[in-house]
Amino acid sequence: MDFNDTPQEAEYRARVRAWLEENAPRGIKGVSLGDEDPELLKACKAWQAKKAAAGYAQIRWPKEWGGGGGSTIESVIFGQEESRLGVNLGGPFAIGLGMCLPTVMATADEETKARFVGPAVRGEDLWCQLFSEPAGGSDVAAIRTKAVKDGDEWVINGQKIWTSGAHYSDYGILLVRTDPDAVKHKGLTMFWIDMKSAGIQCKSIHQMSGARGFNEVFFTDVRVKDSQRLGALNDGWKVSIVTLMNERASVGGGRGAPGGGALSALKLAQKMTDEDGAPLSTDRAFREKLADWYVRGEGLRFTGLRSLTALSRGQTPGPEASVSKLIQAASAQDMANEMLELQDQFGIITDPKYAAANGSFQDMVMGAPGMRIAGGTDEILRNIIAERVLGMPGDIRVDKDLPFKDLPTGR
Amino acid sequence: MKGHKLHVATEENALVNFDFSDEQLALKEEARKFLAAKCLPDTVRKLMEDDSPGIDRALWSQVAEQGWLGAAIPEEYGGLGLGYLELCCIAEELGRAVAPIPFASTVYFFAEALLRAGDAAQKAAYLSKIVSGELIGTIASSESTGPVSAAKISAELSGGKLTGVKIPVTDGSVADHAIVLANEGGKPTLFIVDLNGEGVTRETVETLDRSRDAARIEFKDAPATRLGAIGDGLALYEAINDRAAVLIAFEQVGGSDMCLEMARAYALERFAFGRQIGGYQAVKHRLADMYAKNVLARGNAYYGAWALNSDAPELPIAAAGARISASDAYWFGSKENVQLHGGMGYTWEVDCHLHYRRSRQLSVVAGSPRSWKHRLVTMLERSNAA
Repeated sequence: MDFNDTPQEAEYRARVRAWLEENAPRGIKGVSLGDEDPELLKACKAWQAKKAAAGYAQIRWPKEWGGGGGSTIESVIFGQEESRLGVNLGGPFAIGLGMCLPTVMATADEETKARFVGPAVRGEDLWCQLFSEPAGGSDVAAIRTKAVKDGDEWVINGQKIWTSGAHYSDYGILLVRTDPDAVKHKGLTMFWIDMKSAGIQCKSIHQMSGARGFNEVFFTDVRVKDSQRLGALNDGWKVSIVTLMNERASVGGGRGAPGGGALSALKLAQKMTDEDGAPLSTDRAFREKLADWYVRGEGLRFTGLRSLTALSRGQTPGPEASVSKLIQAASAQDMANEMLELQDQFGIITDPKYAAANGSFQDMVMGAPGMRIAGGTDEILRNIIAERVLGMPGDIRVDKDLPFKDLPTGR
Repeated sequence: MKGHKLHVATEENALVNFDFSDEQLALKEEARKFLAAKCLPDTVRKLMEDDSPGIDRALWSQVAEQGWLGAAIPEEYGGLGLGYLELCCIAEELGRAVAPIPFASTVYFFAEALLRAGDAAQKAAYLSKIVSGELIGTIASSESTGPVSAAKISAELSGGKLTGVKIPVTDGSVADHAIVLANEGGKPTLFIVDLNGEGVTRETVETLDRSRDAARIEFKDAPATRLGAIGDGLALYEAINDRAAVLIAFEQVGGSDMCLEMARAYALERFAFGRQIGGYQAVKHRLADMYAKNVLARGNAYYGAWALNSDAPELPIAAAGARISASDAYWFGSKENVQLHGGMGYTWEVDCHLHYRRSRQLSVVAGSPRSWKHRLVTMLERSNAA
């Protein structure tokens, strides 16, 4: 047990570090998913193209698809070295390269793959994933957007929601209902779609935090060719599993600040004072909570390192990483609110002129509810852990044997 | 994070070998099989029933035969001279089995104190006897409620003789020797005392976990030899506690894993309202929370193991993290294991209470989570200021 690279890993790290020192753009602020600043997007695309030319974009992918022909562990090392230099420009490509293109590569014909994979790897095309709907959140298979056959085309009507980056994406993968008479999971089909097609309208969602990272996407008589189908007709659920499995395959272990942000909480508490003038950091109730946040954050960091170790040893990481978002989101919400209340009357202030710690904990209070929902709610994550890791039986499904059109619905 | 120097190593160079080796995992597997055969829950329960001294003597000698008592003791004293990672593997399995033996007191505390602070003669006198199982050792620090501190030490050495009262001393009625925290000339210092010798009166004290002995020990002019320098007592005590904390955290990790396994098995075999109770989300989600806490505890314990084994400067922080996380996981796991077993979980015959009891013993034995949290934040304040 140690914290050292194997000799091969060390050599790769040295090579990557040297290349990054020479080529990486500096001083650009990090990009988060759905960020729309066009200048930033341009910088992201330029960096992606440069990485692709050097074989550092999609390191795990085969060279013939524009990847680096390397191992997972090499891609992890590259990611670590990139963040060491504060380069964080991969956000806009995460969904396309992490989920959409793997789906295209697993299901499309050679011509389609040749058309899309290269440009996506080089950062020329951006992709979005059009699965969730107002009526299908945790229950994705309950989607209602329908496609009706018309010759060798399909006509699509309906609405998607929570689509990150739809407003700047060139293409998307789209899950629609093609057979409402079949049971829920059996009547779905996947297509790729040009986001500039006639009849598509994007509308950004105003989140409770005030930000606008997601979209509603409306489809009115949008026509796609049958040749845009990904996988067999009515086999869309299986195809979507491919997409989601790829999402889960991404390993980001061992990154992030020690203690999951607890040290900045401590720093702020050290600057504030109690009724008697003593630093608030000396308050025993606060200290106990702080220790819990720190230990939770560290526990996740070390769990990430365990997953990386499995990879480094050529093994498949265990299911331990499945707890990561569940713990992180809840802990962040808890910490943010405690830090807000610790500020007493000042805690309500977000005005950057006056807010403590630039209002970062207030921001976190408003962002955390989203973290607990996006990418699998706390409840769904607990179901997944209990059912897939611990082998508990699934819920009783009342919708399993009924045609989709006969299922009871709310509003 | 600026100024947080202690952790830089793991960020700069974070591709890691952060797990036990195949050999260590094989040792763990072997220990698990051994304890599954030799340390049955029924025996543990029986020890709780009887007016017993809280020790399974047969298991103790078998554990000695396995060489576990000397796993981390150098070969020159008859030990296996392996390392602390191996000892962590054994600790995890002892915790899983709720082993009713004074392993922690003898190995993590008494032997470690000698290895850290003993002179050549002291090491020679005791270590080989520990390895063979002839000598049971322990540590005696607490005198009253609340955390141990300099102000609360009233045991005093005078003319080479020790006078004072220590309570509770884990394994105190079965131990042969104890490391005792007392004052010499008003300065906290550690001493070795022969508990079978003159001036020592022992009274067994009932505790929540009767599978581990505890005693009130009264010293009245008991002969004592100093361990380490005068005035080094508290610093040594903390250093020994840091090391023991990691090993105890592994016992807690083993115990909380076992709680989850028991709860999981019961949720699959118990039917209510026409189906397995594990199909209900209220049950499922509790199990998922147990799993999550166990994952965090294991991660933190591994960091502790690394720091212990490599004598890293991070050890105090790592030990605190391991201890806090593992105490949380074992308490949660043991109480929810009772709950998920329903009425049967509250009976003497079902094993849930063995873990419920042991989880309480392990939470407070090397200082409660409350003290460790305070200590952790003090260290973080220092590194934030650096």
